[in-house]
Amino acid sequence: MTMNSLGNPFDGDQSLIHSKTCECPTCQPGTGASLLMPATEKVQEAKASDAPTDSEAMLDRAIESAVVRSVFGHNDFDRRSFMKMMGAGSAAALLGSVFPMDKAKAAVKESLGKLEKTKLNVGFVPITCATPIIMAHPMGFYERYGLDVTVTKTAGWAVARDKSLAGEYDASHMLTPMPLAMTMGAGSTPEPYIMPAVENINGQAIVLHVDHKDKRDPKDWKGFKFGVPFEYSMHNFLLRYYLAENGVDPDKDVQIRVVPPPEMVANLRAGNLDGYLSPDPFNQRAVWEKVGFIHILTKDIWEGHPCCAFACSQKFATENPNTYGALLRAIIDATQYSQSTENRKEIAEAIAPKNYLNQPVPVIQQVLTGYYADGLGEVQNVPDRIDFDPFPWHSMGVWILTQMKRWGYIEGDVDYKAIAEQVYLAGETGKLMQEMGYSAPSETYKTHTIMGKTFDPAKPEEYARSFAIGRV
Amino acid sequence: MASLNVRAAVVSITFLILVLGMWEMSAQAPEAETAMTEYERLMGGADQESRVPPPSKVIALAWEELSDPFYDAGANDKGIGIQLAYSIYRVLTGYLAAMAIALPIGFLIGMSPLMYKALNPYIQVLRPISPLAWMPLALFIIQDSDASAIFVIFICSIWPMLLNTAFGVANVREDWINVARTHELGPLRTALTVILPAAAPTILTGMRISIGIAWLVIVAAEMLVGGTGIGYYVWNEWNNLDLASVIFSILMIGVVGMVLDLILGRAQRLVEYKE
Repeated sequence: MTMNSLGNPFDGDQSLIHSKTCECPTCQPGTGASLLMPATEKVQEAKASDAPTDSEAMLDRAIESAVVRSVFGHNDFDRRSFMKMMGAGSAAALLGSVFPMDKAKAAVKESLGKLEKTKLNVGFVPITCATPIIMAHPMGFYERYGLDVTVTKTAGWAVARDKSLAGEYDASHMLTPMPLAMTMGAGSTPEPYIMPAVENINGQAIVLHVDHKDKRDPKDWKGFKFGVPFEYSMHNFLLRYYLAENGVDPDKDVQIRVVPPPEMVANLRAGNLDGYLSPDPFNQRAVWEKVGFIHILTKDIWEGHPCCAFACSQKFATENPNTYGALLRAIIDATQYSQSTENRKEIAEAIAPKNYLNQPVPVIQQVLTGYYADGLGEVQNVPDRIDFDPFPWHSMGVWILTQMKRWGYIEGDVDYKAIAEQVYLAGETGKLMQEMGYSAPSETYKTHTIMGKTFDPAKPEEYARSFAIGRV
Repeated sequence: MASLNVRAAVVSITFLILVLGMWEMSAQAPEAETAMTEYERLMGGADQESRVPPPSKVIALAWEELSDPFYDAGANDKGIGIQLAYSIYRVLTGYLAAMAIALPIGFLIGMSPLMYKALNPYIQVLRPISPLAWMPLALFIIQDSDASAIFVIFICSIWPMLLNTAFGVANVREDWINVARTHELGPLRTALTVILPAAAPTILTGMRISIGIAWLVIVAAEMLVGGTGIGYYVWNEWNNLDLASVIFSILMIGVVGMVLDLILGRAQRLVEYKE
């Protein structure tokens, strides 16, 4: 592959083409030719006298070069003879009179601007839902966008929330209901949060203790103690939904406790919990530890439900728009990469070590590939047991709000659409995904089917009140 | 005397061998079956039976960890030596800050019955608060998890030092202070040359209790704020339900706690006196 140099395109003595055999540092494998993060050798390689020295000037030069090269049909010989004849100054003026060079430069900089901040802290809770945020680190997706990201393991959702509010994390792995709750000030001080990307869809399960193998009908679960990882979580809302659809009142007939995921397996073993709806790998881990079995995957409750999110404060995004854009691009890339089932084994190995999930590789592999032992003596093959899709549907946000209303987490009149649209940046993310060459839906609302019941995002209040069991 | 020491050591070691031996025997892995079905392979085979790891496994792990205590494999994976260093740093910072405040205030309320009566209600209310109850508040106000951990150490190691100092100072024998008064010593000189040496053993007892508490608290605090430290190490291994590592780190916590206590015990002996 030939690389284009940052030599002055108006200089007839300089070649802009590096042939396949070129040995300058720019062309050596591994150094790359990022415009924003130029290798220092590249600067030295260009003619010392007129080489651009900072990234702004480099960007200008790259644009000039692109325009000039296209004028000459990418024929460097023609360009050089023309420039020698005209002289650099008058050639530039001539070209400027027919092509709005300044506008072109401004437009490109707007989308590819200088990073305000390159060292970032991103928090994650060690569960497989965080896969894109984590794998982007060992697999170099952050580096690709010029970011030096430290991914920090966090003890739980409350700590992730507090460290985000305190500004210790620039962005963080969260649960999809959390930025909604934080923005509204439910369970924390109100602070506008935005959620530009969903991390994973599906990927959760209801696990019961092995002693309950004969109690596969939820109607037999009255008096059970269940664990969920956080109040404002899809786990809580999906478990409540599943129980209520089966005629079990989640507030009266069973106990639902907030238990951090790693403690769930230990509590299940100790008999403190009869079951839980939790993130993986702790569902598979319960099977691996021979204390639990997988009763139902959440994909069988709502196929394609959102689970975890990539979120940051609105403040971070507005103060560092370019950094935010680069970070989001890295996350979208990583999420798309995780989506492909061929990459899952490789990812499992990349995220299993102590620095990330700290779990046995076979457990992570069973979660990510969907080829797993269910604890009931069967080997299941469900490739979309967990899946990854960054698009933050507004309708998903509205659904979450209806459930928060249904169970009394929020009260009074709720402007479902306004809150969902403020927090879930479906429009912007969709545009960015298309820009990056991925397909993205043009709509931001759709109907969802959950346990056979259709949710119409246009009628949220009606939906929230439509259930036999609820608190409204 | 020497023979008693030797005999005690023999009994001690016999106990250790007996306990470890019984533990080792009771915690053996079941025999692995020769050919595993696909289902058994996905279940982790016989290896994955739930049981406490035998001591041999813990010792092997300890050897591995201790032979490379300062490795650094990224933000969330550092050697046991680095983790302990972080914890000790946090404990000492919080503890020294507590000392800087507790000793002067302790002196003040020990010497002045008025101040004692005025401040005592606050001390009594603040003293029994669990360190972890402070954590959410600290995180919210200080907005820095590392400083919050240090603050929690500070707030819970301050009380024993404060109360012991006050108690020691208040209970210096009246005669000695009277002697100082007859020598017409100023209050500052009385405090430094008469009261301080007399109260020193009690003050050091308070300091010794405090360092013990600080070391107890750090593990819980680091489990919460995470990132680095021995508490984070325990939490990370717990996440992986890896009992061998948890047992190993419990032992390390015990050893470091013992060393801290020994150091203050030595200091205490230095200031002891006989009437």
